[in-house]
Amino acid sequence: MISLALAYLRDRPLTTALNVLLLAISVAMLVLLLQFGEQARERLERDAAGVDLVVGAKGSPLQLILSSIFHIDQPTGNIPHNSLDRLRSNPAVSRVVPLALGDNFRGFRIVGTDATFAQSYSLELAEGAQFDGPMQAVIGSRVAEETGAQLGQRFIGNHGFANGNGDGQGHDHAPFETVGILAPSGTVADRLILTSVESVWDVHGISHDHLEEDQESHDHDNGETTNASAPQSHIPSLEPDLTALLVTYRNASAAIRVPAMVNRLTEMQAAVPAIETARLLELLDASIEGIRVFAWLLAATGGLAIFVALLNMARGREGDLALLRVMGASPIQVFATVILEGVIAAAVGAVAGWIGAHALIGIVRSQFATLTDLGLTAWAPVSGEAFLILAVIAIGALAALIPAAQVYRIDPARVLARS
Amino acid sequence: MQLEVSGIGLSYGDTRVLRDVSLVLDSGEQALLLGASGSGKSSLLNVICGLQTPDSGTVTLGDQPVHDGVRKAHIGIIFQTLRLVSALNVRANLLLAQRLANGVQNAAKVDETLEQLGINHRAKARPFELSQGEAQRAAIARALVVSPKLLIADEPTSALDKGNTKVVAEMLIEAARSAGASLLIATHDDRLTSQFGRTLMLENGKVTG
Ligand SMILES: Nc1ncnc2c1ncn2[C@@H]1O[C@H](COP(=O)(O)OP(=O)(O)OP(=O)(O)O)[C@@H](O)[C@H]1O
Ligand SMILES: [Mg+2]
Repeated sequence: MISLALAYLRDRPLTTALNVLLLAISVAMLVLLLQFGEQARERLERDAAGVDLVVGAKGSPLQLILSSIFHIDQPTGNIPHNSLDRLRSNPAVSRVVPLALGDNFRGFRIVGTDATFAQSYSLELAEGAQFDGPMQAVIGSRVAEETGAQLGQRFIGNHGFANGNGDGQGHDHAPFETVGILAPSGTVADRLILTSVESVWDVHGISHDHLEEDQESHDHDNGETTNASAPQSHIPSLEPDLTALLVTYRNASAAIRVPAMVNRLTEMQAAVPAIETARLLELLDASIEGIRVFAWLLAATGGLAIFVALLNMARGREGDLALLRVMGASPIQVFATVILEGVIAAAVGAVAGWIGAHALIGIVRSQFATLTDLGLTAWAPVSGEAFLILAVIAIGALAALIPAAQVYRIDPARVLARS
Repeated sequence: MQLEVSGIGLSYGDTRVLRDVSLVLDSGEQALLLGASGSGKSSLLNVICGLQTPDSGTVTLGDQPVHDGVRKAHIGIIFQTLRLVSALNVRANLLLAQRLANGVQNAAKVDETLEQLGINHRAKARPFELSQGEAQRAAIARALVVSPKLLIADEPTSALDKGNTKVVAEMLIEAARSAGASLLIATHDDRLTSQFGRTLMLENGKVTG
């Protein structure tokens, strides 16, 4: 019966192709939405994992989160270096990761930080060692992959966050040396270059000798740096400033006390990644929802097209079906042939759409690095996709139901009498 | 297998088409059912092969009442126009007929039958690509590949010209004989009578002869 259903589908190639195409397009759209939504969500959550609070210069909290956790926006400004020690001395805080941003190498951001960064993201080295001395850098796995940088290689950072090769803004006087390459982590760290905060200052000619002396001391007082929060960090500050701090709490009560303390006592702001991420996802979901409704409408149209095609077929093929019955096919078998036609058309459409969507992600991903940045991978099916394909196949079966029921009721004797 | 039809009565609403039809066709016997247009030939054939339920009377084939299962396994039917499933080529039609009839395909038998009817060169052709004569021969092949015990044909030659009519009738007779099947052909064309030993007349809802 399957071969017969296939033969009938082949018999009207144009209609079949059109129906399959309609379903394929809608499935492709739905898969893309699922993939995009799911992967964006996953990526957002993975990057923000372990960070309870971000402290940075006043400005948009979303911008602060985007720049210091996802590394995709400009920082809000600078904050004084002593804020790091102040937060670290807070007993409710278990970890504070300092970030000093401002430069890039071929579009990969150079992050001045310390050993806590690797702890926070559970990063492991694939080769080499952690940065230790001045101008040593550890590069993320994708940075190594895309730039081909190897251990011992020297590179020069460019100012700003976009790929600035050859724009004359390179810090030629201060090349970094690659001392380590990170193992892939699936986080934003894959696309970062990690170095010490001091190295970032060195690049910008900022003196920090007086800070290095009491690096470990918690009670040093540097009045010069406390008021230096520049509105945009790409204007190099001549003070040994930081861009942001990633804070992890020790206990639940910190969630109330620490942000309040930061907002009250300093001119800095505290942004909660969970809240900003949720807000982002809400925005994302709202736009995805609109397209999703459209895609399902398209799928319904595909189902309707199958319905109309099969209904026409049921009328035009009455003689054939009567003949099948005369030759010994049972009503159920004839019914099944029609259902199969709907199901096969829908299944081919669904699978074609699925393959198309994933191939598209693969192609687009290889063309645009930003999508890779967002964590879009080509062949990582999410659970919703199986449901999607089954739902579309169900649409095909449903569309075939009424035509199949009509065919089921065919009285061969009556059809024969008419012909 | 002997076909035994007794006391068949059939009406469409108030119109009585068959009154009291009885006939016996012995195993391997060949007969022509002759009747004017509208006399009820098609209705009778439908009743005989179990496609239509009569108001009264019985039909048995080899002492078994005819129903869908008996038709499927033992009766080969050829219609005037409904010859082949349109989406499949000639050969696929024959294979499908075998599968529907007894669940298995016998490609050797299909090829042999196509050869016998002289249309093996059209085996890959789709029904709409066939001439009337070829299509009717393909339909006969379709009815024969299931090795029927009774071959029934309803106006098998009415769409054909004079030459083809004679050829197709000969073919049916010869095919039924070599397959050991009984043959019953319904027609209004009395030119065929010369080729048959026995002619049944359907008139006023009764069969004579
Ligand atoms: N399904 C039906 N409903 C009502 N009347 C019918 C039906 N089928 C056949 N008839 C009528 O019954 C009569 C016999 O029809 P039937 O088709 O059996 O005759 P026939 O001998 O095969 O005619 P022909 O030589 O034209 O094929 C005709 O008058 C026809 O109009
Ligand atoms: Mg008739």
